Amino acid sequence: MEELDGNAAAGMLSEVFALELTAARGRCDGCGNIAAVGEARVFVDSPGLVVRCRNCESVLLVLVRGDGRYWLGVQGLTWLELAAT
Amino acid sequence: MAGAAVLGRLTWRLAEVAGVVAQTMRTRTLVLEIDGWSGHRAGQHVDIRLTAEDGYQAERSYSIASGPDDPRLELTVERIDDGEVSPYLVDEVRQGDSFEVRGPIGGYFAWSPDDGGPLLLVAGGSGVVPLRSMLRARPRDVPAKLIYSARTHDDLIYRDELSALGDDVLLTLTREQREGVRAGRVDEDLLRDETFAPDEDPRVFVCGPTSFVESVASALVELGHAPERIRTERFGPTGR
Amino acid sequence: MSPVSRGFRGRSRSDAPRDRVPPGQYVTDDFPVLSAGPTPHTPLDEWTFTIAGEIDEPRRWTWDELRALPSEQITKDIHCVTKWSKLDSEWEGVSVDTLLDAVDTEAEHVVAFCDGGYTTNLPLDDVTGGKAWVAFAYGGEPLDPEHGGPARLLVPHLYFWKSAKWVRGLTLRVDDEPGFWERYGYHNYGDPWREQRYWGD
Repeated sequence: MEELDGNAAAGMLSEVFALELTAARGRCDGCGNIAAVGEARVFVDSPGLVVRCRNCESVLLVLVRGDGRYWLGVQGLTWLELAAT
Repeated sequence: MAGAAVLGRLTWRLAEVAGVVAQTMRTRTLVLEIDGWSGHRAGQHVDIRLTAEDGYQAERSYSIASGPDDPRLELTVERIDDGEVSPYLVDEVRQGDSFEVRGPIGGYFAWSPDDGGPLLLVAGGSGVVPLRSMLRARPRDVPAKLIYSARTHDDLIYRDELSALGDDVLLTLTREQREGVRAGRVDEDLLRDETFAPDEDPRVFVCGPTSFVESVASALVELGHAPERIRTERFGPTGR
Repeated sequence: MSPVSRGFRGRSRSDAPRDRVPPGQYVTDDFPVLSAGPTPHTPLDEWTFTIAGEIDEPRRWTWDELRALPSEQITKDIHCVTKWSKLDSEWEGVSVDTLLDAVDTEAEHVVAFCDGGYTTNLPLDDVTGGKAWVAFAYGGEPLDPEHGGPARLLVPHLYFWKSAKWVRGLTLRVDDEPGFWERYGYHNYGDPWREQRYWGD
């Protein structure tokens, strides 16, 4: 089982986000930690992409891809700070 | 680069293998021609997708080894024992073959000259690949230091290219004693003695196996480097 | 259609009789490790299995107590929603029927809960009548942590995300409550033969 970091999620996230996400900072709704998505703990060998807070391990974001549909869960993020340029 | 953060959807493009270059016993560089390739920032990666005859597909990510101004895209792949994709790329693929590529990907672990220096690069094993792209991208007036840790001398990738950089590169071997080459792990002492001090405010990039990245990043923070100046890319326990 | 990559074979895949392989699956001899989070490591002297919820008295077994219960050798085909099927996989475990023996309950649903926080939901009918086990051995060896050891739920007739790794108990419920993957887009029931992979299938 590979535990990687947010860089490994970038490709799949680019399928649903127009803005680059790994440089974006997010606030973990579980512990309040603020960090770049690139620093998160990412599980790619999975039925879906699971992004977890490096500080408290709670789930920040889940992306499931199947037969032409995506399910995006972002409940674990209070917010994401995205740069437009 | 203006607009670097705005993507549009990345499409899968066909990459043709223009050449293969043996690097070490376990690694090989693939030189690719990609129709419609728009260029990249040093540190970024590509996803590749392979399709078997029965339609089965496998996807993997590989760091871009070439610099942004190099004429062709290069990927350096390490063979993982009983890997699904890397043995194919290292042992089977030949000139004229093609496969799908998507990219460039990544906005976090990336550097352009506009981002400034000095550049402190710390590589464990195949983690040297994206950092070599950064070294190729940096103008001569940006100070840079690469610390590159490998198991043995034979495991060192890009040996000639890196030795031409003289004191900008420090090699260290963890499983071999070899005359003229430093032995030992990348620890706080090495980082304190051989790299930029925190008050020089370097941009730091650390890449390699997960445990290597964690221990180096901790050591750098212990030495006083600001965590926001340190960017990391973990390749997992054995690399990809 | 993607072009074929000359000479690429990929993970071992074999042919199998069609009636053994649900639609859309590949058959493999490998046992891919899939995980939504880090591998937990609970020491066996702290490990317990609990049945709680819609039950008069919660039941709990320590590791030694679970291992003292009658167990079975189970040989079953298993099917992962990521398209892998493994035929004739060999397990050993305690039947959930044994754990629920003489339990009086109004519950119609269970939620399996696990170290690391993973959950999955199933109808009570789908874990009783010889259809489910708490499995502690695979291929004749103690179950490896990355495959869910010391014990996982084993429910081979449904997609394998229902066979929850690192299981620590079952909560009996009158109402259904979707578990981890069921909340994030996977099918609430997950029958491989009806290809119920995703929400809304």
